Amino acid sequence: MSALRHGWLTGLVIGVLWLFVLAVAVAVAVAFGAGAAIRPAIPFIVVLGAVTGLACVALRLAPPVLWAGVTVVFAALGAAELAPIVGTDATTPVLLAVTNGVLGLAFGWSMTRILGTMSTGALTRHVFEAAVIRFLTGTGYIVFTAIVAIPFYVMVMTSLKNQQQLVQNPLDFSLDLSKGWGLFSSYVELFGQFNFGSYLWTSFYVSCLTVAITLLFSVPGAYAVARLRFAGRTAFSRSILLIYMVPMIVLALPIYIVFSMTGLRNTIFGIVIIYPVTTIPVALYMLQGYFRGLPAEVEEAGLMDGLTRLKVIWKITLPLSLPALASVSLYVFMIAWNEFLLAFMLLDDPSKFTLTRGVAMLNSSEIPRQHLMAGAVIATVPIMVLFLGLEKFMTKGLTAGSVKG
Amino acid sequence: MTSATPPTGRGPLARREARLAWGLLLPTILSVSLVVILPLLSIFWISFKPIGLADLRPPAPVVRESLRGRPEAAGDEGEVQYRLRNSSQDKPILGVTLSDTLPEGLTVTGDIDPRCTLDDRALFCDFGDLEGGQRETIEIPVIAEAAYFDSGADVERTVPEITGRADNILTNSEFTLDNFARIFRGDEFFTVLWATIFYTVFGTVGALLVGLFAAMLLNKEFKGQGILRGLYLFPYVAPVIAVAFTWVTLFDPFSGSANALLVQMGVVNSPINFFGQRPLALIMVTVFEIWRYFPLSFLFILARMQSIDHDMYEAADMDGASPFQQFWYLSMPQLLGILSVLFLLRFIWTFNKFDDIFLLTGGNAGTRTLTVNVYEQAFAVSNIGAGAAVAVVIFCVLLVFSIFFLKYVSREEGL
Repeated sequence: MSALRHGWLTGLVIGVLWLFVLAVAVAVAVAFGAGAAIRPAIPFIVVLGAVTGLACVALRLAPPVLWAGVTVVFAALGAAELAPIVGTDATTPVLLAVTNGVLGLAFGWSMTRILGTMSTGALTRHVFEAAVIRFLTGTGYIVFTAIVAIPFYVMVMTSLKNQQQLVQNPLDFSLDLSKGWGLFSSYVELFGQFNFGSYLWTSFYVSCLTVAITLLFSVPGAYAVARLRFAGRTAFSRSILLIYMVPMIVLALPIYIVFSMTGLRNTIFGIVIIYPVTTIPVALYMLQGYFRGLPAEVEEAGLMDGLTRLKVIWKITLPLSLPALASVSLYVFMIAWNEFLLAFMLLDDPSKFTLTRGVAMLNSSEIPRQHLMAGAVIATVPIMVLFLGLEKFMTKGLTAGSVKG
Repeated sequence: MTSATPPTGRGPLARREARLAWGLLLPTILSVSLVVILPLLSIFWISFKPIGLADLRPPAPVVRESLRGRPEAAGDEGEVQYRLRNSSQDKPILGVTLSDTLPEGLTVTGDIDPRCTLDDRALFCDFGDLEGGQRETIEIPVIAEAAYFDSGADVERTVPEITGRADNILTNSEFTLDNFARIFRGDEFFTVLWATIFYTVFGTVGALLVGLFAAMLLNKEFKGQGILRGLYLFPYVAPVIAVAFTWVTLFDPFSGSANALLVQMGVVNSPINFFGQRPLALIMVTVFEIWRYFPLSFLFILARMQSIDHDMYEAADMDGASPFQQFWYLSMPQLLGILSVLFLLRFIWTFNKFDDIFLLTGGNAGTRTLTVNVYEQAFAVSNIGAGAAVAVVIFCVLLVFSIFFLKYVSREEGL
C-alpha cells in the first residue's frame, strides 16, 4: 500500500478517474441540455487525464498557467475530435471545441484543488488520503446532484414538449421558446379537460382536514403519554410504535371491504375519516417526544396557580410547542398530499379524485406522456414550494417522524 | 391516635391523573382500534374464507313494478306486473317476500296468484326461496277507475318492499384452508419470498450506505450547503406517484431518455427494457427504493454527525490519525447507534413498501413482493381470501420483527 503512495502515481490515477467523472458529467449535461450528439471517448480520457495529472505534480506550474494551458489544449484537441468528448455524427467542431474547453477549464481548476501541493515523491498517509477524499467528495457532489436533479429535470421538460418532439429525439430537452405560452399546452389541457383544478382543490382540503383532525386527536394523547402517570403508559407508547409498523396494504383490504359494504367507498368523507387514522400514531409519537423535552416546572407553576390540566395544556404547553406543531402539521400534510394507495383503492369516480388519484388516471396508453408528466409536476410543485419555503420545520418534522416511510 | 405512616397504594390524586390520561387518550384509542385493530382481526377471519371480489355485493332480490295494457281512460283493463329476480347467478336467497300497496282506483278483477294475498289494497306475496338466477313474475288483472287517473296515474308511486335473507359469505360458518394452500403452492411463493428478501435487504442497506455518503459530503460548512441539502431531500418529499412515473418515462425502452443516452454514449447497442425483464426489473425497483429513501437516512446521520464533538478530531489530528482512520475509529462508533436504529426501521418499512413497486412494474417481471402479492391476489385475481392470507403471512413476519424492534429501538429511543 505504501508503495502506491507516490505523488506521480496518485496524480496519474486521480487525473484519469477525475477526468472520466467530469467528462461524463459534461457530456450528459450537454446532451440533456442541447440534445447534442456527443459522447465521452475513453482512450483520450485516459491519456489526457494521465498527462494532466502528472503535469500537476511534476511541473509545479502556477495554477493560472496550468488552467489556461489545459483549457487551450482541450479546446484545440476538441476541434480535431481527439479530446475527451467527441461527436457521434456531424457535430460541429465549434461545439466540440467549446465543450472540451469548458471541460478543460473545470478539470484544470479542480485538479489543482484536489492535488494541492503534492510532489512526485513518496507521500505521507495524511496527504494521500486527503487527496483521495477531495476526489471522492467532488465525485459525490456531481453524482448526487445528477441522480437527484435529472429525474426532476426530465419531468418538467417532458411536460413542456409534444408527442412528435419526444419521439424524434428523447434526449433533446431544449425548449422552443418561440412557442411562448404554447409550451404549456399540456397544463392547459389538464386543467381544462381533465378537471385538474378540482383535483388540486380536493387534495388541498382533504390534506388540511387531515392535519386538523390529526392534531385534534394526537395533542391530548401525546400529552397524556408524555406527562401523566398511569398504569400501562409504557405499553401504550410501545404499541404506538408497533401500530405504524403495520403496512397500509394489510389494512387497506378490510377497509375496502367495509367501505364497499357501507357505501363509504367513492366518497370524500370516507377518505377524510381514514387519512387521519393513518397519521395519528406518527403525530402522537412526534409530539410526545417534544412534550417530554418541555420543562415540567412551568406547567407545575400553572397548576399551583389554579389552572386545570386542560387549561395548562391550552395556555402553557401548546404555545410553547408551536414549532413542533408546525413540523407535525407539515409532515402530516405531506403524508396526506402524497398518499396514493388508499385514494387509488377507494376512489373510482373521476369527479371525486384527489390529485394523486388523478395522476394515476393519466397513466394509460391513450394519454400522451407529456400529460402524465404535467400531472406529476402539478402534484409535485405545491409540496415542493411548501417544503422549500418552510424547510427548517420540514426537516425537523422528517427527523422526528423518522420511523414512518 | 394512629402512628403516621407513608401512604400505600394509589391515592386519589394519582387516580384522578390516570383517569384524565385515559380520557385524553380515549379518542385516539377508539379511532385507532376501529381502523387498525379491527381490520387486523378481520384479516385473520377473511383469510379462512372462500371469498372473491364479486361476493362483496351480497345477493339480493330485485323487483320491477309496471302497469301493462296501457289503460288510458276510466274503465280500461290492465295488469299490474311485478318482475322479481335474484341478483346473484349462483347463490340462493331464502324467505323472499314482497309487500306493496296498490294505488287508489285500481280494482282487482280476476284471481290473483296463489302465492299472494290481497287485503283491501295491501298486497303481500311469499315466494319462499329463490335459487341463483331465478326469475318470478306476478300479474294482477285490474280495471282502472277515474280515481286512479285523478291521483296521477302512477303505479310506481309506492315502492314495493322486499325482504329476503341471503347467506352472507363473510358471516356464515364456512371456512377453508384453500387460501393458504393457494399462496404457499409451488415455486410462486418462493419467487415472491426471494423478491421480498432481495428488495428489503439491498434496499435498506443501499439507502443506508448512500445516505451515509451523502451525509459525509454535507457535513461541512460551505456556501450552498443549504441548497444542496434541500435538493437531496427532493426524492423523499415529492409524491411517490410523480417520481415513479418519471422513472418509468425516463427508462422507457422506446422513448426513454436514459436508453437514448446509453446508446449515444456507446454503453449499450440496443435499448434495454429496464422495468420489463428479469432480473433487471427487481434491481431497478431496488435502486428506486435506494434513490427515494436515502434522503431519510442522510438526514438522520447528518444530524448525528453534527452533534459529535469536534475536539476529538483535532486531538486525533495531533496524534497523526489519517482522515480514513478518523472516520473509521472516531466517527463510526459514534454513528453505530443511529445506523442500527435506522437499519431496523428502514428494514421494516422497506418490507412494507407497496406503492413504489406497484407503480413502477405492477409486480411484473419478478418484482412481486409480499405486499404487492396482497393486491395481486385480492384485486387482480379477484380472490379476497387469498389476499387476506398473504396479509396474514406479512403480519406474522412483522410480529417477529417487532420483537427485535422493541428490544433494540425502544432502548435507543428511551421508551
